[in-house]
Amino acid sequence: MLLITCPWCGPRDETEYHYGGQAHVPHPENPAELTDEQWAEYVFYRDNAKGPFAERWSHSTGCRRWFNVVRDTVTNEVLAVYRLDEPRPQLPQAGGTR
Amino acid sequence: MTAEPLPEHPDFLWRNPEPRSSYDVIIVGAGGHGLATAYYLAKNHGITNVAVLEKGWLAGGNMARNTTIIRSNYLWDESAAIYEHALKLWERLPEELDYDFLFSQRGVLNLAHTLQDVREGVRRANANRLNGVDAEWLEPDEIAKVCPIVNVSSNTRYPVLGGTFQPRAGIAKHDHVAWALARRADELGVDLIQGCEVTGFLKDGDRVVGVDTNRGRIHAGRVGLAAAGHSSVLAERAGIRLPVQSHPLQALVSELHEPVHPTVVMSNHVHVYVSQAHKGELVMGAGVDSYNGYGQRGSFHVIEQQMAAAVELFPIFARAHVLRTWGGIVDVTPDASPIIGTTPVENLYVNCGWGTGGFKATPAAGWTFAHTLATGEPHPLNAPFALERFSTGALIDEHGAAAVAH
Repeated sequence: MLLITCPWCGPRDETEYHYGGQAHVPHPENPAELTDEQWAEYVFYRDNAKGPFAERWSHSTGCRRWFNVVRDTVTNEVLAVYRLDEPRPQLPQAGGTR
Repeated sequence: MTAEPLPEHPDFLWRNPEPRSSYDVIIVGAGGHGLATAYYLAKNHGITNVAVLEKGWLAGGNMARNTTIIRSNYLWDESAAIYEHALKLWERLPEELDYDFLFSQRGVLNLAHTLQDVREGVRRANANRLNGVDAEWLEPDEIAKVCPIVNVSSNTRYPVLGGTFQPRAGIAKHDHVAWALARRADELGVDLIQGCEVTGFLKDGDRVVGVDTNRGRIHAGRVGLAAAGHSSVLAERAGIRLPVQSHPLQALVSELHEPVHPTVVMSNHVHVYVSQAHKGELVMGAGVDSYNGYGQRGSFHVIEQQMAAAVELFPIFARAHVLRTWGGIVDVTPDASPIIGTTPVENLYVNCGWGTGGFKATPAAGWTFAHTLATGEPHPLNAPFALERFSTGALIDEHGAAAVAH
């Protein structure tokens, strides 16, 4: 069970949250101009990092707001939590020895 | 007191050779799929100058962590074709490999608990029969005959309204499957090299010509990736992206019990699947943990939920105990179907994206991936499972349609 700190509600169990996958994936500005390959890239391809990974979570049984988390996908250590209107924090090479 | 001398070590099932400087084909990953690929490269195509490189030990990843269920009752034609091909290969492999890995065709029940489940199950059973897959729809009283310990009373939160049954489905002893394939591949001349991690890819222009490993540089005519949860990590080293996400998938076993469970029961709706291993432990699994993870472990609430589901379905399990839980890393595609075929890099091929269902497909994954590596072209069975389908839109959407807890 992960322990995640909602920026508004504080630390809560993982079961209060809903996972939203990779963060910082902007909708294409002109979707009609994309090739099929570029559209596939937007719809189906996401980073699958082994190590620190910026991802979205929603506090779905609490305040119902979305926010971003940087989590190490090997150790599950939560390295940063930040709101959607905040930039991704610059972290030193977190997560240790990999 | 005099100690008995230790008995002689039994014969090893395969050699542990040093890597040579060059091979016709290198397969990355000595799990079930990598070993089956090597076996069929040698057997079907006569290609024996082959190395299987494994960063850990042979069959120590998902091949050691799955719940051993084998079935072919998938909805779509493309899926039914490849999984049924696998099931037919399973039926002859014990004799072909001269190794009894306890393949037991005890059937698989997929239970329905809602009207939507019933409609989906009836449709899938009909689709299966049109594809030559044995499947039938059972009413609750018929389910009670197949598996008397399932609670089919109406006095439950999610009553059993019926289910599909595939009699030829079943289970096999996963470790022994790997060892059987490894022994025969080794006999045919394949080098199985453990403790050998691929750290990079040698390229000549846009063509792969070998790999760098922690045990030196190895040249290769063709390279095939069969690395399951770590496919993305290897693809990145080769300079390509794959549309997969790696998730933890957990399973558990109880202590040993007398034989009480004659078949395999899966329930997508209450989210658990259960069989009883030959030795007697109850083996259970459920869906993936929601988040991405490479740590080979998941969250405990997932275990708690599948236990609750199991006890609801099987009241007799209420006094059983969880002996051990574990997790593997499964690579899941957007349409929950695998990717087997070419990549944008010449001479680099990929077999990945099997998600939660790779074990049952082991022989067919090996059969089709070996064909692809040997000829440079997909076999008709894996042609629909190309990477290109994500840009052409020809997806094979098995999410929720394949009676599997994804």
